[in-house]
Amino acid sequence: MLTLLFDGIAYGMLLFVLAVGLAVTMGLMNFINLAHGAFAMAGGYATVLLMQHFDLPFLATLPLAFLITAAAGALMERTLYRPMYAKPHLDQVLFSIGLVFMAVAAVDYLLGSQQQFVKLPAFLQGRLDFEAVGIGKYRLFIVVVCALLALALQWVLARTRFGSRLRAAVDDPRVASGLGINVNRVFLLTFAVGSGLAGLGGALGAEVLGLDPTFPLKFMIYFLIVVAVGGTSSVTGPLVAALLLGIADVAGKYYAPKIGAFIVYALMIAILLWRPQGLFVRKGAR
Amino acid sequence: MSTPLRPGAATPAAVPPAGAADRSAGIDVRQALRRDARWRWWEIALLAALAASWFGLPGHALLGNEIAILALFALSLDLILGYAGIVSLGHAAFFGVGAYGAALFAKHVLPDPLVGLVVAMAAAALLGLLTSPLILRGTDLTRLMVTLGVAAVLYELANRFDQITGGADGLQGVVIGPLPGGLEFDLAGRVAWGYSLAVLVLALLLCRRLVHSPFGTGLQALRDNRLRASALGLNVNARLVAVYAIAAALAGAAGALLAQTTGFASLDVLDFHRSADVMLVVVIGGAGWLWGGVLGAIAFKLLHDLIASWTPQYWTFWLGLFLVVLMLVGRERLLRPWTWWRRAP
Repeated sequence: MLTLLFDGIAYGMLLFVLAVGLAVTMGLMNFINLAHGAFAMAGGYATVLLMQHFDLPFLATLPLAFLITAAAGALMERTLYRPMYAKPHLDQVLFSIGLVFMAVAAVDYLLGSQQQFVKLPAFLQGRLDFEAVGIGKYRLFIVVVCALLALALQWVLARTRFGSRLRAAVDDPRVASGLGINVNRVFLLTFAVGSGLAGLGGALGAEVLGLDPTFPLKFMIYFLIVVAVGGTSSVTGPLVAALLLGIADVAGKYYAPKIGAFIVYALMIAILLWRPQGLFVRKGAR
Repeated sequence: MSTPLRPGAATPAAVPPAGAADRSAGIDVRQALRRDARWRWWEIALLAALAASWFGLPGHALLGNEIAILALFALSLDLILGYAGIVSLGHAAFFGVGAYGAALFAKHVLPDPLVGLVVAMAAAALLGLLTSPLILRGTDLTRLMVTLGVAAVLYELANRFDQITGGADGLQGVVIGPLPGGLEFDLAGRVAWGYSLAVLVLALLLCRRLVHSPFGTGLQALRDNRLRASALGLNVNARLVAVYAIAAALAGAAGALLAQTTGFASLDVLDFHRSADVMLVVVIGGAGWLWGGVLGAIAFKLLHDLIASWTPQYWTFWLGLFLVVLMLVGRERLLRPWTWWRRAP
């Protein structure tokens, strides 16, 4: 029971790291980016390829996965995404879904459609037993890393100068640029970091979630649930939503394997009926 | 595409006394509406071409049938997306309910196709009514998620109750009776194609009447500005619920046509890719324009067949590339090559 809860938390934390970039960019630019999962997949494949071809240790590939996807994200933001900000939501949805289709087919073509595996270092394998509760070491590692990341993000957003600029740009980009904030640069940096986090999440989650070319399509709905339920104006909202989703999904799949996904979707519809703007919306925000 | 009403166009006439100005403005609006509703020569030509294709291309009956069904499905999405401004990523829910409704009805109750079609449409419309409260609130993102969720829930339910729906194997053993006049569905699919085309043309005529009625004009008003439409005294929510149910019924009809003409229904009818495909069709053909669904369906199916015969495994890459370019350049500009090197206004 507690093992299940812990697995749910680890899964939720992973979803949080994967989706938090999407939440921030969506709140910032009001852009519905369905291609976020493609960045996560890129991070996962970066880790796999670095380990296979350059014999790098698993831990060393994690920061690299972050950097590579962040760079890719920055490049894409500059070239492809920026012209789309002013377009209607429908165009954005179709544009980003087009990107997903391209990413899926390209990875399939280049690397094959089989599932990729990540070889974990020995000290992350196996499980710890506390009384009756067994905890996978790797799950524990995920929870610790993701919790640290969440804390760091919260700190950056709440305490640093960049964070206050970012919040100002989210609340009203026009006034923010009138105050001398380079909104485009804030967008660019945020998008890059968000994609980088997705890449890191993909690298961390390759072992737990499975990694194959259909990854962006499979998890797109989950990211969107996290963002829609958690709201886009804070870090806590997506975190709580991701934990809720992770626990509900793991418990649902364990106790009622045939209708597990059904529970998740029904829960989402119920929450969105109750609070259409998401669970946590700052008063006064748009 | 119907031109929106421009109040400014009527004001120059409003120089003489106020009463006369009111009257002349009223006549102007009515004339503008009537002008929009008039049949154009190319609309009649398109209808004639649809009918002629059935006589002229007997070898392509299966493809033609698929196109007709997809066009009907796209027409139904266009009604809510193009005319009422409701974004939906879960329109397959109604398609699937129609398909399963028609197949189950034929299997267990009555094999008559027309009665089955009506039953399937009623079932889909009922689902549309039930789920319409979900699309009245929230933002575009909320609507996308909720419609996606409804389709996903139905998919999971159909998967769960596999003793009824046949689950992943599909619903086997559906036998559809003959159409009135003793026309049996044959293997070559010409009767099926004619049946689907007839339903499509009927639906087109119905939708054409609908969007040029006061109801349809009201829909376009609330699509453009919901707050202003409700300030003008339109019952926004009632209209949205009504159009959602009508669109659901049409999607159900498309699903029913698929189930009846293939004698088969499987989980595939509720799948996410179906919702995404139909959205793509509407966007290729142009939203807010009834013929967009038909032209989009033809373009999409032909494109699909062409690319899939060339690279069967990776055709989604080219589809994705096409989408990205289409959205970056803009549909209006892509269809007008002479504006490519002009600065965007």
